[in-house]
Amino acid sequence: MIKGVIKLGYIGKSVIRKDAFEKVTGEAKYTNDYQEMGTLHAKMMISPLAHANIVSMDFSEAWKIPGVKAILGNEPYPLVGEEIKDRSPIAYKRVRYHGEPVAVVVAETPMIAKRGVDAIKVSYEPLPVVNSPRDGLQKDAPLIHENLESYEKQEGVYPNPNTNIANLNKIRKGNIEKGFMESDVVAEFSVSFHPSDHAAMETRGTIAEIRPDGTIIFTASTQAPFAIKKIMKWYFGIEPGKVIVNTPFVGGAYGGKASVQLEIIAYLASKAVGGKPVKLVNTREEDIITSSVHIGLDATVKLGATKDGMLKFAEIQFLFDGGAYSDKAVDISRAGAVDCTGPYQIDNIWCNSFCIYTNHPYAGAYRGYSHSEVLFAFERTMDVLAEKLSMDPLELRYKNAIRPGNTTPTQVLLNSSKVGNLHQCIKRLKVLMNWDEGQIIAMDDRKIRAKGACCVWKTSTFDTDASSGVILTFNSDGSINLMSGVVEIGTGTKTVLAQILAERMKMDINNIHVKMLVDTQTTPEHWKTVGSRGTFMAGRAVLKAADDAIRQLKDRAACILRVPVKDLEVGYGKVYFVDSPQINVDIKDLAYGYKFPNGHTIGGQIIASGTYTLTRLTYLDPETGKGNPGPEWTVAAQGIEVELDTRDYTYKILKAYSVIDIGKVVNEKAALGQVMGAMSMGIAFGGREEFVFDEFGRVLNPQLRTYRPLRYGEHPEYIIDFVETPHLAAPYGARGVGEHGLLGMPAALGNCLSAALGVQLNHLPLIPEQIWRMSGGGKNAAV
Amino acid sequence: MSSDPILSLLFLVNSEEKTVTVRPADTLLYILRVRLGLTGSKPGCLNGDCGACTVLVDGTPMKSCLMLAVEGEGKQITTIEGLVNTPIQKAFIEKFAFQCGYCTSGFLMNCHALVNIEPNASDEKIKDWLESNICRCTGYKEIEEAVKSVLNTAEGKH
Amino acid sequence: MLPFNFEYYKPQTIQDAFRQFYSFRKENKKTIYISGGTELITLGRLNQVYTDAVIDLKRIQEYSSTFFHKDYLVIGGGATLTTIEEVNAFPLLSKTVKEIADRTARNKITIAGNICGQIFYREAILPLLITECLLGIAGAEGIFHLPLQDIFNKEIQLREGEFIFSILIENKYIKLPYVSIKRRKQWDIGYPLVTVAAIKNNDEIRMAFSGVSPFPFRSEEMEKVLNDRALSLEDRVEKSLLSLPGPVLNDVEGSSGYRLFVLKNTMMDAIEELEGERNVK
Repeated sequence: MIKGVIKLGYIGKSVIRKDAFEKVTGEAKYTNDYQEMGTLHAKMMISPLAHANIVSMDFSEAWKIPGVKAILGNEPYPLVGEEIKDRSPIAYKRVRYHGEPVAVVVAETPMIAKRGVDAIKVSYEPLPVVNSPRDGLQKDAPLIHENLESYEKQEGVYPNPNTNIANLNKIRKGNIEKGFMESDVVAEFSVSFHPSDHAAMETRGTIAEIRPDGTIIFTASTQAPFAIKKIMKWYFGIEPGKVIVNTPFVGGAYGGKASVQLEIIAYLASKAVGGKPVKLVNTREEDIITSSVHIGLDATVKLGATKDGMLKFAEIQFLFDGGAYSDKAVDISRAGAVDCTGPYQIDNIWCNSFCIYTNHPYAGAYRGYSHSEVLFAFERTMDVLAEKLSMDPLELRYKNAIRPGNTTPTQVLLNSSKVGNLHQCIKRLKVLMNWDEGQIIAMDDRKIRAKGACCVWKTSTFDTDASSGVILTFNSDGSINLMSGVVEIGTGTKTVLAQILAERMKMDINNIHVKMLVDTQTTPEHWKTVGSRGTFMAGRAVLKAADDAIRQLKDRAACILRVPVKDLEVGYGKVYFVDSPQINVDIKDLAYGYKFPNGHTIGGQIIASGTYTLTRLTYLDPETGKGNPGPEWTVAAQGIEVELDTRDYTYKILKAYSVIDIGKVVNEKAALGQVMGAMSMGIAFGGREEFVFDEFGRVLNPQLRTYRPLRYGEHPEYIIDFVETPHLAAPYGARGVGEHGLLGMPAALGNCLSAALGVQLNHLPLIPEQIWRMSGGGKNAAV
Repeated sequence: MSSDPILSLLFLVNSEEKTVTVRPADTLLYILRVRLGLTGSKPGCLNGDCGACTVLVDGTPMKSCLMLAVEGEGKQITTIEGLVNTPIQKAFIEKFAFQCGYCTSGFLMNCHALVNIEPNASDEKIKDWLESNICRCTGYKEIEEAVKSVLNTAEGKH
Repeated sequence: MLPFNFEYYKPQTIQDAFRQFYSFRKENKKTIYISGGTELITLGRLNQVYTDAVIDLKRIQEYSSTFFHKDYLVIGGGATLTTIEEVNAFPLLSKTVKEIADRTARNKITIAGNICGQIFYREAILPLLITECLLGIAGAEGIFHLPLQDIFNKEIQLREGEFIFSILIENKYIKLPYVSIKRRKQWDIGYPLVTVAAIKNNDEIRMAFSGVSPFPFRSEEMEKVLNDRALSLEDRVEKSLLSLPGPVLNDVEGSSGYRLFVLKNTMMDAIEELEGERNVK
């Protein structure tokens, strides 16, 4: 028999992460840890105003500082923008948000660069600001982009020139009037919240250099190393083969590192110093306001239902706060349209999803890509409707929960592979939350315990041709190097890929060596490490590459063992004859070519590869939104339980719940970690985080001492359970799960506190002052 | 502008003596990373808010971005590179108490000191210490499990 | 990163510190003393602090020590907030400083640095205001002592070259019933909306505040009303608020209206706890 049988079965196990030892010893290298002699340092000067004309710039004092090598600014650069080219990489003549780069100094050291920036004199002429998307739609609103009409843009973007509308996506499903006629009860509700921040612990940064042959090399803290290549082509006409992006470990991303900004500036800076390497790293303050932020929203949802609670229509308007430049915000507003409702069967849906220009920092992707935002609006309205119907809010959701055979807002017909089992999630949540004891339990004369719940779903709207590739190379000891373009941003995806490979190859996972660094010249492309798609897409590529490897091993073994290929199996480090496993050959003896005793050798190193491309995705119809936007939906039911002081509206989150149809748990602790981490972020978004703007559109809290992510000890008890309805196209049926824990937290918190106080809360974050105000506080003149 | 004033100072970093030239205005974090190449200590805010740069100074956790290098002269400085096979590192691996890893060095230094100084720490004490660091990836539950698994009060080792 | 350079001096004695200060001043150099030094870094990197010379007081003997001497508890200006908390010689002070910043930062921040800092909350001063402490001030003639209230007007007013060497609190105050409550915008981290520290001395309540205005304060007028037992608890609080020494802050942490609401609740909680009617966490 096969000796040394390894304990196999890696799927579902909490396999120790492949990056563990590097990360607990401080050896893991991130972009800013690369420090090479000869690298110059760039520092941005950022705008102190949200909207102004730049009247003059004076670099003369800065030039006098020894060690200053270049100063950029006050000149027209090619306009950039992923969907609409509406942004100068360094502002020219005009600034449109607080924090916008207005000049860049390149110097020998970071300190000299900062001194250079401090020596630049700029005079501004302030302009009136658009301080919310609703303001942006006013007739007399200041126009942020007068030249919107002339901007170059991608297909499927619908800006409205001479307004502040950067994009409008429409959903028209069924007949909204018919739905209204069929409804006995109608609930209408509006919500809003400001933009906020990703607050990854590693600030964004990049190093750029231009080699003598014109090759541009980046080292970048990014989720999108391969997209940078395409973008350099679109912005500057540089052929993708001339751009190499190295991405080491990334210190948290959450969507914020999917935008491409500093890379462009560092490239221009390097160009200004003859191609020398230039490093540009955000300070925390810059990271919070200068680079892309988490989008804000102003939304109105109108729902109609029969008196027994069957949803008949949804009429929805989203005004996304895209900020000063459209970047990914127009695509986020599109994704918001795609899943504009909660996960329910609704025949008649009308939605206008606008992306509005404002004088706020510009929005990029943020974990959930519009879904936690949209769901806060929709799921709050569901609770308002439930109250009007005098119906238990989870009962209302259960009745309408989407199921196989239903269609989505973009009219995708669902089956169980595509959507999973929301009913099961709701049932399980009710049990876990002990929902039947009631939503509110009095504790003493002041304190109550309260519960709230909601449902969520999400698909990921990728480019229809997004693909992922994997290369496997064998070592002479039979071990395999696994190379994937997935960036290790913290999710542990590359460990999961190793699990998938070990399972398929029936081998010891310790003999799989995962390359953590992405180098776009040698690593196969993974479109972008976003949207909870690493396991699905790269996992499929791994399986395909494994099959390629197995085929090659068998071909070679067949000729050595003189056994037909179809009678051979691969596993346990060997290729063996299924009928008589004692007839076998070690993979290590095949991997680098099989050498006969006399020196004859067959074959060389085995190199296998595989790719996967998303299948049968379509563009959305511009008038109705009809189309197939993503491969599958992950559904979930979530809840929150708080202890609330009814005197002063302070509360503590005791428990947070998630029941997610994950398809298949591949690495249990890693999956739980993703869900808990996302829930923690969602709680902070719902309960504390926002940009505080003054009336001039300036962000008043751009530091971690005033912009406050959750801290140790503020975290609740997490109660998480999984339902497993396989997504048949995915490796082992696994569905995306990196974002979903976050999606319902703001809505569940809002539902919980609203139920507790009998006041329909409509604004995030739900800080005690906000609740106090909504509960009537501050209406009487102060003492 | 006159050239920057430079001092030559002796540091004890991870039990090794190091003579380093510094500006009086340089932070300890800068010297560790740029002069000594110890990049395990991370800049997260340079403002004392996030804890990613935490090191031990004579055994006490300090935010190295909030400390001038000159203040560390002659003191025992321990960075993440000086922790080898400690129980807390092992616990972080087993409990999945890191994801992106960027805050991990700082958390480990703080946890390591906590375990040494307060081996019987209560929940309240743990919170008091660990709220000095931000982790944006985990839900903190994993870190809680890791630190509790190496305290004397160890509970819930699963 | 501090973009400017400074000369750094680490004196061993007060005389040495003083001498150095004047030597720098003679050369027209802007000179500051540092103790924990955290604000030099956090404000300096934002160009909100500049200096040509820094005198680090930490190595001066007894500057960082805490001990009892005759009728007084003596706390060195260089004692870190963590040390104060752990020595716990004055529980009200321990409890108040324990809520400042976070523990690792408190390993660095000193009491003198906190009460003389530019960041205006300066919460460590609240227990000192209500216990009428003496400040040991290092000056040209060595250390001399002054009652805090004599040199405190929104902030501590020292003459050029002086620094706080020690803080002396009469023993009789340190065992009195006390309360210290910090209320934040949300949850457990952040600057205060309101911090209240109070003691009960012979049935008389004394109370000091931070976060209400852009300076910490104690108000005799407010205390007079607060101690008027003829009024209901609510009236005592409401009427005392008429004597607030300045407009209520309206900023990132909270609006003035909401701060007043929180202040009122916090004061009621403090009094109820001191007068034994309700236990406040």
